[in-house]
Amino acid sequence: MNAPANLPGTAADCGPAQPLRQRGQHEVFCGLTSIIWLHRKMQDAFFLVVGSRTCAHLMQSAAGVMIFAEPRFATAVIDERDLAGMADVHEELDKVVAKLLSRRPDIRLLVLVGSCPSEVIKLDLAKAAERQGALHGPAVRFLHYSGSGIETTFTQGEDNFLAALVENLPAEPADAKPSLIIAGALADVVEDQFRRIFEALGLGPISFLPPRSSTALPHVGPNTRLLLAQPFLGEMAKTLERRGARHLMAPFPLGEEGTTAWLKAAADAFGIEPGRFAAITGPGRARAKLAVEKSRPTLEGKRIFFFPDSQLEPAMARFLHRELGCDIVEIGTPFLHRHHLAGEFELLPDNVFVSEGQDVDRQLDRCRAQKPDLVVCGMGLANPLEAEGIATKWSIELVFTPVQGYEQAGDLAELFVRPFARRERLKVSA
Amino acid sequence: MQLTVWTYEGPPHVGAMRIAASMRGVHFVLHAPQGDTYADLLFTMIERRSTRPPVTYTTFQARDLGSDTAEIFKTACREAVERFRPDAVLVGASCTAELIQDNPGGLAAALNLDIPVVNLELPSYQKKENWGAAETFYRLVRAFAPAPVGVAAARTPGRVCNILGPASLGFRHRDDIVEVRKLVESLGVTINVVAPLGASVADLARLPEADFNIVLYPEIGGVTADWLKRNHGQPFVAIQPIGALATEAFVEAVAKAAGIKAQDIPETRSRLPWYSRSVDSTYLTGKRVFIFGDATHAVAAAHIAAKELGFTVCGLGTYSREFAREVRAAAAEYGVEPLISDDHLAVEDAIISAQPELVLGTQMERHVAKRLRIPCAVISSPVHVQDFPARYSPQMGVEGANVIFDSWVHPLMMGLEEHLLHMFRDDFEFNDTAQPSHLSQGAPAAASAQEEHAAAAGSPLIEVPATLQWADEAERELKKIPFFVRGKARRNTERFASENGLRTITLETLYDAKAHFSR
Ligand code: SF4
Ligand code: SF4
Repeated sequence: MNAPANLPGTAADCGPAQPLRQRGQHEVFCGLTSIIWLHRKMQDAFFLVVGSRTCAHLMQSAAGVMIFAEPRFATAVIDERDLAGMADVHEELDKVVAKLLSRRPDIRLLVLVGSCPSEVIKLDLAKAAERQGALHGPAVRFLHYSGSGIETTFTQGEDNFLAALVENLPAEPADAKPSLIIAGALADVVEDQFRRIFEALGLGPISFLPPRSSTALPHVGPNTRLLLAQPFLGEMAKTLERRGARHLMAPFPLGEEGTTAWLKAAADAFGIEPGRFAAITGPGRARAKLAVEKSRPTLEGKRIFFFPDSQLEPAMARFLHRELGCDIVEIGTPFLHRHHLAGEFELLPDNVFVSEGQDVDRQLDRCRAQKPDLVVCGMGLANPLEAEGIATKWSIELVFTPVQGYEQAGDLAELFVRPFARRERLKVSA
Repeated sequence: MQLTVWTYEGPPHVGAMRIAASMRGVHFVLHAPQGDTYADLLFTMIERRSTRPPVTYTTFQARDLGSDTAEIFKTACREAVERFRPDAVLVGASCTAELIQDNPGGLAAALNLDIPVVNLELPSYQKKENWGAAETFYRLVRAFAPAPVGVAAARTPGRVCNILGPASLGFRHRDDIVEVRKLVESLGVTINVVAPLGASVADLARLPEADFNIVLYPEIGGVTADWLKRNHGQPFVAIQPIGALATEAFVEAVAKAAGIKAQDIPETRSRLPWYSRSVDSTYLTGKRVFIFGDATHAVAAAHIAAKELGFTVCGLGTYSREFAREVRAAAAEYGVEPLISDDHLAVEDAIISAQPELVLGTQMERHVAKRLRIPCAVISSPVHVQDFPARYSPQMGVEGANVIFDSWVHPLMMGLEEHLLHMFRDDFEFNDTAQPSHLSQGAPAAASAQEEHAAAAGSPLIEVPATLQWADEAERELKKIPFFVRGKARRNTERFASENGLRTITLETLYDAKAHFSR
């Protein structure tokens, strides 16, 4: 929409059906980065990246350089002896795992995470996990998945982790009552709010993935319903669907509208009375509307441009467009799961401009030409754009802050208000 | 394979990025997967750089492997040159691309670009960030200031120098260079080129015009300085002006290299020597200090700690294996076991066993020290956003020595204050519900009120047996103690007495307690 005709790849029909795809430099994190929230969510799990010094450096740079406590992740750094075949890589990994487990006897689940180097040298982590399981099981369980940058961007790491986790879920008994799995890491506070709502609706049993403990795993089977709390869980959804679970299509629980539609999808699947649904969700809806409304004067009519980051971009754009009256200039997303996002695009204008994947330099050209009021982008781009006079919002904050649900709708709006409010206050110019 | 939680250095290609980002008109095309673009944020966030670092990543994916990753490299390189119009392009591979062996140098050569291409071999599975920075700088200098044929002629002293080593993301390099420039120019020496920070490739070509080089950071500029000496006959000054003594030695060495007579050297003094000699600093004497960092900053810190502040060096180490020899020599001088390691857990263990009163280290040691509640100052990379303060804050030269005095002594003052607070914790003067002590002291009624206050506040008063008595003589002696420390003295004495099972506090007990608590 509104793209100048002279820029390459800005055909008017780059909507969700035919997103713009340009092959160039991607400016996104790799899937390893999901470990930064996964390790906090699942407190008895440890994530061991099998990779290079680059992977270790990424983890520490993305984690905000060194946290106080020893984190529950580490990297087994492959060195030249491993590559030259002077050392047996599997034996080396045995040593690293043994060392780690002796240091951290609290580990119940050890997750081996593949990286670009481990994949390129075809290090078989499935075999390694099996081997380790034989050595250290059953006290410690082992899983493996890939968070490599040649396979995954950012949040896809969580998708692969959850896909690996649900592979081993126990099967539900034949006469199981309908149950609900809510998938996608949420902040504990958000999870608790949703749990209270579902319980009030009388729906369940429900369980959240990832669970807070690696041993609290739900059953799965044909009576299981799956509700996605995050839009980036394509692989995991496929795996659960293979095990018989039925995916409930819905927009994502961002903003009042998204949260209501999302809860409604579950309520309908469990035959909850509309009257009851309205009664239970009413107060939350009212609070969310009120809180979001406060941000509307600042955000209404603002033109927003999204660079790709977490796959949350279409849902964020929908929230900003529908509940705050923003114009969406471009939705850049690293990967577009059209089926899972159908509910979002129904609520967005038909001609919304969507790009999938990235050529960052061309995207920057488009962005500068469009002069948006706010750019949502990663940390590598934010300061340079600010220095050019363009207001930005770090996309990573949208991933690390609790933003889902009624009680957070106002906070989510507020995150987008802050760059404007800040500019309003500052009388100094750089 | 090594188990790693935190690392002191990134991979070598990050070092190469630092050189590219330091210079003007140099672009780096890096064959790497998408996740490696995280490195941009080191520049845009930690250093608050206002432009993207001049790096193009090919961001190849799994599906490209085995088919057209080479083609992707060529396209990225050609397009980057067209878009950014650099004066020269660096090409290299990150750890993953190294494994697929696409040969970026050969591919870039095949493009017949109209600008120079400098190929980098960055062995990711052997080397690290500083090595990568030094190697990249050296490759660039070799390419643009090629060695003349034949043996380099020996040079006579002259008043033109280059400054080598400062780079993007270096610990305080931004401010050091200002300070050193001022210092060198005050001697009447002209600075020809500072590189890599702020230099263009044309500047590199002018490096041989100087009479000598100054190596500010051997980790980055050392290899190049050696090469320039061998091939262009340029001697170099290898003293880093960190601390008052080293600044003096640096000035002498620069003057000598420039052929300046001793009487022409202006006075260059920091406040450090006097501040250190002033009586307020007496309490610094013999403070045990543990030092860890890159080799240059760690060795300099040890010298300053021992000779300029009167500390006792109780541990010294570096993560820079390339400079282990220098650190070993310094450790021998202070009679400590050198710690050459890039395993932060080993460093943490060493800190614990050294029992220092001050830690001088990197951001990593800062965290360890915080956990252990030991005062700490940061002296070296790896850097953090805090290491790019808004204020002018060099480590080198005259002002650098002043900054060092302040930044190492202040945490200790804090330490001292904490220590005092700890000692006074049980005092009614420090109980915020208490009346001002000069109103209440001595009065028995007030004393019981204090106890009530303390009990109400849940303050951990030690239990003093009701049977404990003060002998008159001791009581009188206690009153001679200034009121603001009397409470402490009373309480410490009572604690001492009860811990030792005494029933009466005599004059003797009072002084035994004093001796006991003064350690
Ligand atoms: S494509 Fe269809 S089947 Fe596959 S994960 Fe998405 S919704 Fe489920
Ligand atoms: S992109 Fe690949 S090599 Fe780079 S940090 Fe991620 S997994 Fe490691």
